[in-house]
Amino acid sequence: MNSNLTSGSKIKPAERIIIFLVQAAGYLSILYVALISLFLLKEGSPALLSVPLNNLFSTTWYPIENHFGILPLLAGSLLITVAAAVIAAPLGVGTAIFIAEIAPGWANEILKPLVEILAGFPSVVLGFIGILVLSHTFRVYLNLPTGLTAFTGAMLLGWAAIPTIVSVAEDAFKDVPQSYRHAAMALGATRWQTIWTVTLPAARAGVLTAVMLGIGRVIGETMAVMMVTGNAPVMPSGLQAIFMPARTMTATIASEMGEVANGSTHYQVLFFIGIVLFLFSLAINIAVFASTSRRIKHNDRLLS
Amino acid sequence: MNKRFTLCLLFVLVLVAACSGPAGSSQNAQQGGAVTSIQNKGSDTMVNLALAWAEEYQKEKPAVRLSVTGGGTGTGMSALANSTTDIANASRQITREEKAEADKQAYTAVEFVVARDAIGVIVNPHNPVSQLTMQQISKIYKGQINNWKEVGGEDRPIVRLSRETNSGTHVYFLGTVVRLGNAKDTDIFSSDTLLLPSSEGIISEVSDNPNAIGYDGLGYLTPSVKILAVAEKPGKPYVIPSIETVNNNTYPISRDLYMYTRNQPAGEVKTYIDWIFSAPAQKIVSDLGFVPLKKK
Repeated sequence: MNSNLTSGSKIKPAERIIIFLVQAAGYLSILYVALISLFLLKEGSPALLSVPLNNLFSTTWYPIENHFGILPLLAGSLLITVAAAVIAAPLGVGTAIFIAEIAPGWANEILKPLVEILAGFPSVVLGFIGILVLSHTFRVYLNLPTGLTAFTGAMLLGWAAIPTIVSVAEDAFKDVPQSYRHAAMALGATRWQTIWTVTLPAARAGVLTAVMLGIGRVIGETMAVMMVTGNAPVMPSGLQAIFMPARTMTATIASEMGEVANGSTHYQVLFFIGIVLFLFSLAINIAVFASTSRRIKHNDRLLS
Repeated sequence: MNKRFTLCLLFVLVLVAACSGPAGSSQNAQQGGAVTSIQNKGSDTMVNLALAWAEEYQKEKPAVRLSVTGGGTGTGMSALANSTTDIANASRQITREEKAEADKQAYTAVEFVVARDAIGVIVNPHNPVSQLTMQQISKIYKGQINNWKEVGGEDRPIVRLSRETNSGTHVYFLGTVVRLGNAKDTDIFSSDTLLLPSSEGIISEVSDNPNAIGYDGLGYLTPSVKILAVAEKPGKPYVIPSIETVNNNTYPISRDLYMYTRNQPAGEVKTYIDWIFSAPAQKIVSDLGFVPLKKK
């Protein structure tokens, strides 16, 4: 990119400074990520030495008595994330299809900003709605011992993820060339057949990216989860665990980091949980990257 | 979270109150010194009390600026170790680890008992159970009793609520109730105990859910929950927590509330702590639902 810019006629010194600043900003973000992961590793990896592995990977989390089993936290995060994805993905993709393919222009103009407002909801507000409305409703109508469950958290997080999924998936649908749809219609396909067999497969990679980004939002969410899931570090056993309290990694870090003495075992284990979380979102990002890059190759083949 | 927000707001108000008013400058001149500021941090149980003390004290001495924050006893003690607070509020005594940290930094954490508090065990008002023994509460929280009918209630599952582990109330409840004061006992809360981040969370879940049992400092209990009478042993009388029953030591779940300083306090910090033992300051204690110290 630099060579393109410099290969032209002379560059004014002012421009040179601007180019330098922009480049510096780009490199800095790489540096930040590197520094953050270094810091995480430095603070968290000693946990592997100071806590015996059969303690670290046990099922009891009670740090003030040196029970550092992170498995219930891992399982809690996974459970809530998967359930939230199951709730959010169909709704989000469906909404995106409606906005991009079906809704008339005026409805679009109302829906799009509304979805964006939904994205701007602070998670504390979501948590309040969860405590005041959802948890009570679920307890009474699903006949649960308590409404503060993994399911309540998953519903809220699904809600939080939907706007992300909608806006990214909608862009993916908009990117599908109009000629595809026209061709399908010309072959006699109905609108539903066009969407299901042509537009959706063509936008597949973009939709996948949308869902993955939504999941990324879910797994990192802290506040709403801490307020409504009950935070009990129980090891889920079977499917009914979704209707029981759960404790996530993020909620654990958020509620316990304030109390720990710098450099103590508990502190190291909390950072170790941070590393696990970091690996999780890294895996999600790599999955997104892999699916989108495959799509580009696929398109190149298609066009050539 | 509501509580955190209110606390922040109160904190700002205290600051504003401290800064505002032309009185500040003239009185500073009179006392011949700059404004002294005292940092006060720690126990969430004590934060309303500490704020009320700070407000009252600043009315008497505008030259002293007190800032009060919560976060939990553990947070306050580590702030004391990092020298980021002058006084740490604690709803439990200093732990062995915290003492070791103080030794390492070569200071003494000096302890002051500033008030007393009782912990009420609470259930939903619709729950017919109105009294339990300490042994029953212990079994409930260890997960050995799981249905209300085992303690004379309806056929309902028991949902256990507790504060987070960084709360002094949690640690105190573990030692005194779950382990019944037995230091060798290593039992812990049943793992399906819900750990809620705030006192308000516990009150709102208990007032909404007929299956729930919870506990909280006397100052936080509202009429929307039912306070249980507690007996120290089967056969002993069941006692409802109140100022009288705490001070005559008949209510079994009561504790002292502490303030800790780095070494013996001097100057303004000392004057402030001395003031806390005065009658007007102890009156604030009872106004807020805590138990004032007995007059010596």
